[in-house]
Amino acid sequence: MSTARFANEPAAAMPERDTWLSRYGQSLRFALHVITHPFDGFWDLIHEKRGTMAAAHTFLFLFLLTRVLKLICTNFQFISAPIQHINLFEEAASLLLPFLVLCVANWAMTTLFEGKGRFRDIYMAMCYALVPYSLIQLPMILVSNGLTYEEGSIYTVMLSLSVIWCMFLVFVGLMEIHDYGPGKTFIFIIVTIVGACVILFLMLVFFSLLSDAVAFFVSFYREIVFRLN
Amino acid sequence: MMKKVLSLLTILMLLLTVHAATADDSNSLKDDGFSTSYSYIFDYWGDVQMCPDPYRVLTVVDSSTIGLENLDNLRISNPEGLFARNHDIYVADTGNNRILQLKLEGDKVTLKRIITEISGAEPATLKGPTDLFVDEKDNIYIADYNNHRVLMADKDLNKLKEFTKPDDSTFNQGSDFLPSKITVDVAGRLYVLAKNVNKGFMKYESDTSFTGYIGANAVKVNMADYIWKRYFMSKEQRAASESFVPTEYENLYIDEKGFIYATNTVFSEWELKSDAAKPIRRLNGIGNDILIKNDRYPPIGDLYWKSESIQYGPSKLTDITALDNELYVAVDKIRGRLFGYDSQGVMLWAFGTKGNADGAFNRPTALDHIGYDLLVLDGLKNSVTIFTPTEYGQMIYDATDTYLTGDYDRSAELWEDVMKLNANYPLAFRGIGRSMFRQEKYREAMDYFERAHDREDYGRAFKQYRKIWIEKYLLWIILILAAVLIIPLVIGRVKRMKWEVIIHEHSKIRK
Repeated sequence: MSTARFANEPAAAMPERDTWLSRYGQSLRFALHVITHPFDGFWDLIHEKRGTMAAAHTFLFLFLLTRVLKLICTNFQFISAPIQHINLFEEAASLLLPFLVLCVANWAMTTLFEGKGRFRDIYMAMCYALVPYSLIQLPMILVSNGLTYEEGSIYTVMLSLSVIWCMFLVFVGLMEIHDYGPGKTFIFIIVTIVGACVILFLMLVFFSLLSDAVAFFVSFYREIVFRLN
Repeated sequence: MMKKVLSLLTILMLLLTVHAATADDSNSLKDDGFSTSYSYIFDYWGDVQMCPDPYRVLTVVDSSTIGLENLDNLRISNPEGLFARNHDIYVADTGNNRILQLKLEGDKVTLKRIITEISGAEPATLKGPTDLFVDEKDNIYIADYNNHRVLMADKDLNKLKEFTKPDDSTFNQGSDFLPSKITVDVAGRLYVLAKNVNKGFMKYESDTSFTGYIGANAVKVNMADYIWKRYFMSKEQRAASESFVPTEYENLYIDEKGFIYATNTVFSEWELKSDAAKPIRRLNGIGNDILIKNDRYPPIGDLYWKSESIQYGPSKLTDITALDNELYVAVDKIRGRLFGYDSQGVMLWAFGTKGNADGAFNRPTALDHIGYDLLVLDGLKNSVTIFTPTEYGQMIYDATDTYLTGDYDRSAELWEDVMKLNANYPLAFRGIGRSMFRQEKYREAMDYFERAHDREDYGRAFKQYRKIWIEKYLLWIILILAAVLIIPLVIGRVKRMKWEVIIHEHSKIRK
């Protein structure tokens, strides 16, 4: 009996070395558990401390990298990205910014309405929820170079699959970390989007005011220099 | 954590603001919407790419070059209609109530005849003729706008038929019959574009009887408008507001096969790129639009415009002419440009500009062709500009023609010549790619199709290439696949055996 258990779980017999690297590796591997068993996975991720911030950063980076690589390396039959006009950093930033704003908005809203998640929990869960995007789309970049135009449906189906999977994970993730019911989660997703719009609006106002203020001091300085000469 | 994120956000926003402030407009149109080059095409991305001139000015015909001043001192005034058949050019000199018949020989144009009256008609004189048509027997049809009639006369100007206001309930009897543009098909049926008629083109049989309308613009009602008008407006408001009325056409041209090319300049700007506006149409016998649009962008003239003023709005295609092989050319009265399209709706070239130089226009009003020569009538300069293809322009035509007649190899050679003159021409890449494909050079074909952004053809070539590649490397593929599958299996088995040995040792110790 005991032999069978050992044979199936060789890792359990090894003395667990609790270095940073091994924790990092395990939290990376835990993503596979999270995306396949989201209800348990997200709960354990936060409450059992199975995830690490380092892994979360990694997944976010992978997500952005996938996006950028997709624009560059996908076969032209399936994507029309005007490479000559694209600024890759801008592309990455245009994903990173809404992601962070949405995380902040979600934290700001749920923290007022009995959401259990701290900001780092929300951030970590959302990063883990992005894993299927990289997991499916990175290989699809390679596959796209071996497909013909007529076989494009495979490509599109896989792409939509990855997005739907991610959306499902985001939903479940928010539900688990805040300990909400499905209905409340749905409402708070909408509230989060509204909140993000408000944040963006405030930022816009702030930066336009800031640039006006800077312009004022610049012209003020110029005027003085002009008068003094 | 929160602080970090906030500072990151701030930096991101700052970067984006700085970037937005320094971003430049990447297409080579000037701020006023005028292209910086005389001739250009749009590439796959819709960016303007300069190209060699496909046409050059053969000659510019105006009152002085045909000696009108010496004859009667009446210079051409406000001409609106132009027609060409068999080297004869007819100009409807609207402001002088007459029609000029010119003859083109080589690059010389001479005045052949001035038509001011039609014997047998009542009244015999013309009054503001706006358009005309000459059939194969040299019978001449004249849209006599201010006399409210269309006259048909034989070549000696004796009246044959007269088409007048239809005695029909579908025509508003309170308004005059104002024929502004006409065309005639091989069976002698007359199609009239009349002012204040928005039911499409009026159609007359050859016995002058009116038989109805064809090609009416569909009336579009959007849901929001409908609900607003139906439920939120009072009866008086509804009566006072404009009703949903289809728009009028701008011009028409009948091609060799009897299809009517029509242009339309009344639409909303936002309808253009989604192809809801359809500024160019090709109507069949029952008035359906059968224009082929296989390119990424529909044939709408310019793809970019400034919308601050009327001058810089979208292209207003005021006239159209169809060359042989279903190539068609339309002229934009806003910027004085001509746009050529092939039978698949792919843009061949665009050229022209506003101005007083030869080859520039002030207000182009009509367009026709003799062979591949294009004739443009300018209503402000009172002149006819005759363009003839350059070597480059002719090559494009020849390559298209030879492809349509099935001489693919010759076509590919011609496309290669075109490519030497213009290395930015998708049609040339596609033409060469097709030839490579037929010669089973799939790798080269793929390269050319990729440059032309022709996905379907690329897919076809790639399919063949992939088949050959797999057949060639089949053994290796199997070997690698086997290695990938078997090696982890073996490793797993070895590890398990190791564990079993260790556990065996353990159990021995326990005992």
